[in-house]
Amino acid sequence: MATRIPTHSRNTNKASSVISALPGPENITRQTLKNGITVIARPNFNSPSVMISGYLQAGSLSDPDEKLGLAGFTAACLMRGTQRRNFQQIHEALESMGARLGIGGGTHTTSFHGQALAEDLDLLLDSLSEALTQPIFPEEQVERLRTQFLTGLAMRAHDTGEMASLICNRLLYADHPYGRPTDGYTETIQAITRQDLIDFHARTYGPRGMTIVVVGGIDPAAAVVKVSAALGEWQNFEQPLPVELPELAASDQTVRQSHHIPGKSQADLLVAWVGPKRRSADYLPAALGNNVLGEFGMMGRIGEVVRVQAGLAYYAQSALSAGVGPGSWSIGAGVEPANIEQALELIMKEARRFVSEPVSRQEMVDSQDHFVGSLPLSMETNIGVASALTMLERYQLGLDYFQTIAKHVRSVTPEQVLETAQRYLDPERTVIIAAGTLA
Amino acid sequence: MQNGISRTQLDNGLLVLLKEIHTAPIISHWVWYRAGSRNELAGYTGVSHWVEHMQFKGTPRFSGGTLDREIARLGGVWNAFTYLDWTAYFETLPADKIDLALQLEADRMTNSLFEGQDVDAERTVIISERQGNENEPMFLLSEHIQATAFRVHAYHHEVIGEQVDLEALTREDLMAYYRRHYAPNNAILTIAGDFDSHSMLARINELYGAIPAAEPPSMRVRPEPAQRGERRVTVEGPGETVYVQAAYHAPAATHPDFFAMTVLDSLLSGPSSLNMFGGGISNKISRLYRALVEKELAVGISGEMPATIDPYLYSITAIVHPERTAEEVISALDEQIRLVQEAPPSQEEVARAVKQARALFAYGSESITNQAFWLGFPEMFASYDWFSGYLEQLAAVTPQDVQRVTQLYLQPRNRVLGIYLPDGLGVEDAEFVVEMGEV
Repeated sequence: MATRIPTHSRNTNKASSVISALPGPENITRQTLKNGITVIARPNFNSPSVMISGYLQAGSLSDPDEKLGLAGFTAACLMRGTQRRNFQQIHEALESMGARLGIGGGTHTTSFHGQALAEDLDLLLDSLSEALTQPIFPEEQVERLRTQFLTGLAMRAHDTGEMASLICNRLLYADHPYGRPTDGYTETIQAITRQDLIDFHARTYGPRGMTIVVVGGIDPAAAVVKVSAALGEWQNFEQPLPVELPELAASDQTVRQSHHIPGKSQADLLVAWVGPKRRSADYLPAALGNNVLGEFGMMGRIGEVVRVQAGLAYYAQSALSAGVGPGSWSIGAGVEPANIEQALELIMKEARRFVSEPVSRQEMVDSQDHFVGSLPLSMETNIGVASALTMLERYQLGLDYFQTIAKHVRSVTPEQVLETAQRYLDPERTVIIAAGTLA
Repeated sequence: MQNGISRTQLDNGLLVLLKEIHTAPIISHWVWYRAGSRNELAGYTGVSHWVEHMQFKGTPRFSGGTLDREIARLGGVWNAFTYLDWTAYFETLPADKIDLALQLEADRMTNSLFEGQDVDAERTVIISERQGNENEPMFLLSEHIQATAFRVHAYHHEVIGEQVDLEALTREDLMAYYRRHYAPNNAILTIAGDFDSHSMLARINELYGAIPAAEPPSMRVRPEPAQRGERRVTVEGPGETVYVQAAYHAPAATHPDFFAMTVLDSLLSGPSSLNMFGGGISNKISRLYRALVEKELAVGISGEMPATIDPYLYSITAIVHPERTAEEVISALDEQIRLVQEAPPSQEEVARAVKQARALFAYGSESITNQAFWLGFPEMFASYDWFSGYLEQLAAVTPQDVQRVTQLYLQPRNRVLGIYLPDGLGVEDAEFVVEMGEV
């Protein structure tokens, strides 16, 4: 069985520097501008580059059913032409400096990510400001984008993984906005007019509740000044409050659906339940439990049973996805269509075991060690730090989150994991989807 | 010591490259073998990749799964890649835990078990991996293009191997390949991160120094004869989208024209980088984006000029606009190529490609894992000098060089034109109705 690997404990004095290197109140600058934009900055003077990341409170929750995809379409138009510059001029300025900036629409928010050499931070911020506040939605660009979206939807319709996920969300979040795909459907993308885009932007975009994180070779105070110069004067007095989510009525029975896509070698199998919100006290036990279930090492228990022992799939894993509203907790595998039933049986057997007995002490400790140990590596790059800080602000986890999380992680018990799993992974209320060549 | 890199060859032939980086308490450890699909004979395709999978199945000292758990517990990451010319394994760990990586890689260089039941279970896992790939139209198209471009050279098959060989390969085949290629004199060890080179080298000597050198693998490279005339291949499959790929026989990484081809790729299809970890940038000001996407002949374009031991392919891929044809895309592509053949690009355009490459290097350098990747990757087809001189070589490319290589390599007789055509089998188009009506 398992051999305990002897490890040479050299450089043991490094343990303390690992902790202090994590972001915390003493090395994060957080300031809210008078128009409501929160600026978060953390320097990394080892890096010659700078990363910006953030979001504003406009998302597909505001999309009418018949114009689903409107938030995403609007976000995609922002860098297609502004009052100052056309599409080519905007991208000429960025790309010729080796910089990038992208803006995309999500469910609750519209988010942005940009990267440039540190000396080009002004370029990034000015481009962002211009895109957010002065887009003109050129007709020609709108139509070009529409075709690109429609092509993307045609590709989605033939993608087993994407279709499994789309149908899964529809069943998991029936009668709830989370059941709607943010990229819409062919009919809804076709129904969106240029005026809809202009109106959506004018109505929902604004500085209140916006966050911008700046990480890299830049002094944090200077970063705040630069963000303020670029976006500090922006106002939208009509900006609505964030959309309230309705209650989710979870299914009281197992629902199973198959989706046939011709000509595919492999089917995607997805087994899912509604999961906790990110701010829920259930989140941490669920995250640690999920690690045991379908992540740890070579994809946890699910990977061990479906991939390693049965050889049924190249990927077989579980995932916990948690955000503002009810999240999802799912197990997925890519299998030959003939093996769907066998894989499903193995997955459900593991799910039943997971909700009927606590994980072992060893599994618990492994998962805790992994969670704590992987923090420094996840913060190795500016992108990693920027994503982490964006998450802190998004879910109001506190600036000391990364420095204090270890003790919270260590305090989770196998019994808590079991109780949490029982609250969510009810084998009698499971959503099961298979998408592939099933005829 | 040169450029902060220490380069040592052990008595058994193992080449060791070390780079101290003290910005984070992290070390990334890579072992590279000169074994890839280039080394495979007909009937044994996919053996390099399968051996890579088996390397995670255990040795007498470390049973399969133990390593996964140990590394996950430490918060580290590990993975492996099999490519045309090489196979590489890496572990990135907290600096004080790196000895585990040294021990396990030294151990599995020669002691992997390849148990019969593990070989059987992995066969279906790899077939499943292949089937997942087959779900993607671009995999199907690229596989046919490679097979059409290389009649003689072993680059003619995909790294994953042919289905028929994956069904037929035996444990003995895998073991024989492992014995032949996994030896210190056919390997390179690269480590970057927070360590002291002197003590690291001493530890490497302890662990790797005693592994005996093996007979160097004999290999008769079969150079691809010059192509005599354009070859075309059509692949039919599921979907609604047409893809075009033009693949030109291109110079090897060590050929003086490689860098001019890289600049050409930047001009035509956007900046490419040597980053395995770390972002890229968009390509909206590239010539082909302007001529194909902005003119609404295609909805997306990309290019790839990989660095390989033997001459491989420079490929340009376009996703055809739903209202256009593959032929229209090909003729617009040919027009853009003709423009470069007739007139050299501006000095400014060439300088921009260099600036972009510089920025991409800056982004990639943030990651210790990427830094260790950079130490080994160029050694697989040239030497580290190739990498350290990369930007200088790009900067030395003149507009006339770009024109000349376009005239030389981007000729129809030197290319394979691949077209992916939807086979006309539709998918259910009821999704929107379901969403709006039933749910």
